[in-house]
Amino acid sequence: MKKRLILMRKIGLFILTLFLLVVANPLKAETKDAPLDIKGLIFEHIGDAYSWHITTIGKTDIGFNLPVIVHSSEKGWFAFSSGKLHSGQPYNGFYIAQDGKYAGKVVEKNSTGSEVRPVDFSITKNVLSLLISAFIVLTIILVVAHWYRKHPMEAPGGFVGMIEAVIEFVRDDVIKNNVGPDYKRFQPYLLTVFFFILVNNLLGQIPIFPGGANVTGNIAITLVLALFTFFIVNISGTKAYWKGIFWPDVPIFLKVPIPLMPALEIVEVFTKPFSLMIRLFANMMAGHTVALSLTCVIFATVSMGAAINSAMTVLAVFLSIFMFIVEILVSFLQAYIFTILSSVYIGLARAKKSH
Amino acid sequence: MLATVLLQATLGMGLGKMGATIGAGLAVIGAGIGIGKIGGSAMESMARQPSAAGDIRTSMLIIAALVEAASLFAIVVCFLAL
Repeated sequence: MKKRLILMRKIGLFILTLFLLVVANPLKAETKDAPLDIKGLIFEHIGDAYSWHITTIGKTDIGFNLPVIVHSSEKGWFAFSSGKLHSGQPYNGFYIAQDGKYAGKVVEKNSTGSEVRPVDFSITKNVLSLLISAFIVLTIILVVAHWYRKHPMEAPGGFVGMIEAVIEFVRDDVIKNNVGPDYKRFQPYLLTVFFFILVNNLLGQIPIFPGGANVTGNIAITLVLALFTFFIVNISGTKAYWKGIFWPDVPIFLKVPIPLMPALEIVEVFTKPFSLMIRLFANMMAGHTVALSLTCVIFATVSMGAAINSAMTVLAVFLSIFMFIVEILVSFLQAYIFTILSSVYIGLARAKKSH
Repeated sequence: MLATVLLQATLGMGLGKMGATIGAGLAVIGAGIGIGKIGGSAMESMARQPSAAGDIRTSMLIIAALVEAASLFAIVVCFLAL
């Protein structure tokens, strides 16, 4: 009883300190010359970049410039640091376009004078974050596999046990039930996609390097993941699956003069992976946007005086904590949903002929 | 008279931005109604049979994510129109 009172008093003191810190800060907020461009700030944080900007202390920017690797059809391969393209100046004919169709991307002027994009293999912020999370997934899985090889007949505990529990949960509840009897063939892809999306989502929630890059909220990356599912579903489709698309088991008037049902089924072949892509992309992008907007509220209310600012700061901090907890749930949920829907689609594609 | 004044005002503001914000609000209505119905029936069935609460909770979260995806389609289009 006494221990609980002491603990409660400590927690109360901690919360009070946090509260005071949160309220005290806006009283000495600096006023910048330029008005706050919230939309530009949010898009800058959500989008890709040629350098990884970590923070700005005073006047110095802390971050590092990433390599730009481009291939121009006229001039050949070039690889250089993106620091040479800082603030729009050209290097070797390449420069970062400030506005227009290719705003923010490396462009060059070709021989006819028009602005074109060279083939761009640069290591951008998203690419580097992808590599970091791939490295993390590989490390986790290979370390766990190595443990099993070293301890052949033992039950795992600790970290290895936790990873085993997660893998068994995904394999038994998600893959076995939905893919059907030949689940072993698709289990590597589905487990990989689950861990890949999970680690990328969670890394995106960490505000500082090496996390904080909006990887799964980038539609190109979710497009590739959905394309993987699309190809695996359609390449491993059985004859019964394709028959069910082009000549489904429906009354004849829906098939013969105008193939209504086959057309609908063909559209469905494309909309299923499309919805996978949009679901993951929009959920993660919306989560990042909300977290960034809540932080921007603090800065946007600076001009309205100290009282409103401190009230909005307290509100923004507590809402941010709540959103962070929700985002952890959403990270796991989106990885789970992508995996379970992919396994359902693969299971439907492997359907045997029904008698 | 009033219509022309309003039309001139909106053209100055940018119809695209107005359309985007109204669309986002409508999309949230759809998501709210859908997920509210899911939550309501989940609560009822959990009250009817507390021993199945774990399964119901899992299904509720999955279906809520699927319904949310539909409204997020609309949000993506609104972002493009902003």
